[in-house]
Amino acid sequence: MSEKVLMKGNEAIAEAAIRAGCRHYFGYPITPQTELAAYMAKRMPKIGGTFLQAESEIAAINMVYGVSAAGKRVMTSSSSPGVSLKQEGISYIAGADLPALIVNVQRGGPGLGGIQPSQSDYFQATKGGGHGDYHLIVLTPASVQEMADLTGLAFELADKYRMPAMLLADGTMGQMMEPVELPETEPEFIDKPWALTGTDMKREHNIVNSLYLVPEQLEKTNFERYERYKLVEENETRYESFMTEDADVCVVAFGIAARVSKNAVVEARKQGIKAGLIRPITVWPFPKKAIAEAAKTSKAFVSVELSMGQMIEDIKLASDCSRPVYLCNRVGGMIPSPEEVLESIKKAAGGNE
Amino acid sequence: MVVFERPKSLAEVPLHYCPGCTHGIIHRLVAQAIDDLGIEGRTIGVAPVGCAVMAYDYFTCDMIEAAHGRAPAVATGLKRADPGKIIFTYQGDGDLASIGMAETVHAATRNENITVIFVNNAIYGMTGGQMAPTSLPGQVTQTSPYGRDVATAGYPVKVSELLAALDGPEFIARVAVNNVKNVKNAQKTIKKAFENQVNNKGFSLVEVVSSCPTNWGMTPSDALKWLDENMLSYYPLGVYKDKSAEKEGE
Repeated sequence: MSEKVLMKGNEAIAEAAIRAGCRHYFGYPITPQTELAAYMAKRMPKIGGTFLQAESEIAAINMVYGVSAAGKRVMTSSSSPGVSLKQEGISYIAGADLPALIVNVQRGGPGLGGIQPSQSDYFQATKGGGHGDYHLIVLTPASVQEMADLTGLAFELADKYRMPAMLLADGTMGQMMEPVELPETEPEFIDKPWALTGTDMKREHNIVNSLYLVPEQLEKTNFERYERYKLVEENETRYESFMTEDADVCVVAFGIAARVSKNAVVEARKQGIKAGLIRPITVWPFPKKAIAEAAKTSKAFVSVELSMGQMIEDIKLASDCSRPVYLCNRVGGMIPSPEEVLESIKKAAGGNE
Repeated sequence: MVVFERPKSLAEVPLHYCPGCTHGIIHRLVAQAIDDLGIEGRTIGVAPVGCAVMAYDYFTCDMIEAAHGRAPAVATGLKRADPGKIIFTYQGDGDLASIGMAETVHAATRNENITVIFVNNAIYGMTGGQMAPTSLPGQVTQTSPYGRDVATAGYPVKVSELLAALDGPEFIARVAVNNVKNVKNAQKTIKKAFENQVNNKGFSLVEVVSSCPTNWGMTPSDALKWLDENMLSYYPLGVYKDKSAEKEGE
């Protein structure tokens, strides 16, 4: 067992990435993920790694594409407006079937928005984000501990399924300090026979590419990729259930919204309302089966989000619209209070819109 | 005795380039440099978006296809992943001097130890002949049908002159492939740009003034004549920066 240390969420991601064997970081300054880049700038030169402040988010993600193509673990981090700029590169990484980690410490939008926490990049993160058909594995930490744990997991899953992974955090998770236990185990690396390591005149050349001018071929690569995505959905869907067994009202929330919701669920129980919480840890793949199961016993859902209501669509789809889904939301950097969530739970329990 | 043969680093496949296009010559010069230096096994090439988009099929070394303009960033990633590898990009004027200008300038100013082959034919070829950042004043293209009007479309970008003004890059040179003498000089210069990387000297870019008969609407020989008469006065050939040579001269 390693010792617990007090760390900011952003720093926990950086240290966990280094411990997961990531030696290449490319970024561009933006609030509120600043500490992550600063940590990498300090640490990478000391351990023979690369920290590079790119000329733009666009350049940073394309540097990530290059390192990933060479077969090494690599990451970039940014916040909402910067992640929008990375979308072209993310699409290329997904289209070339490369692993990489992209961290989005979300802030309010749209446009330049604000610098306070938000979850309003949910659609962008879970539905693709850039052009073309593709997905990222999207992990949503709800504590500094999870910022560290899910970082290591993201690298593993990205390598295993040859697809980019995203850590979808928010300004609160990035900025808050909590005790965290960092992994002490050596990272495991898998063989990457597709990587660009030079032919050494011993094999045919490898090509990393997403261009297929023959439509039949492009269709085939898309179909094959979605077969792989099916495996991810089957094997890697993660969530936490809290008091859902007998819940009449099932709250669904991730990240900071889940922490607030947990308090509200406990308070609702005290007041005699059978409430429970499903906390997606992966929002792609979305815990569809858990929601479908809950729809069998719960009377209503409450989607608690720091957005105008994005995840609520996935809840409606997963429950086949068989139960009403209420939205409890704050936006623009505001966070709902436990009291506000409790009010929504009461409304849902009473069946009043 | 073999007098002339295909460089081993050039794959034995038909190229898709138009008849009379000089990309074929430039591919050959790049492959020849790789062969001469014996670096094929540790070289990784970065293909652009543009006419050379499928260059990944033409070179026998490991290859990657980059998004439009991003080749120097992708090359930076590859080089940082393993500095022992030899990384080159092969880019056109729209790719390098328009959409990818930021990536070009910053890779140069970081003196990233990569080799950039910049093919300047003053037009967007792949998309059918639009005005390029390097189209000449008055040049008629699909998107400058009355000739490039510098009052509204601005002036051509002189990439070699611009990059040579930076402190960072090791080597910047402009060559042409319109006649045998120039091709021979281009071969020497491209080889030097790779040699610089092998010797860890840093960012080396060779601008190759090139022709596009199809989109210029000329026969291949007329295109080379037009290049000679119009482009070379706007884009003078020569070495614009050679830090190592400057140091030796001090």
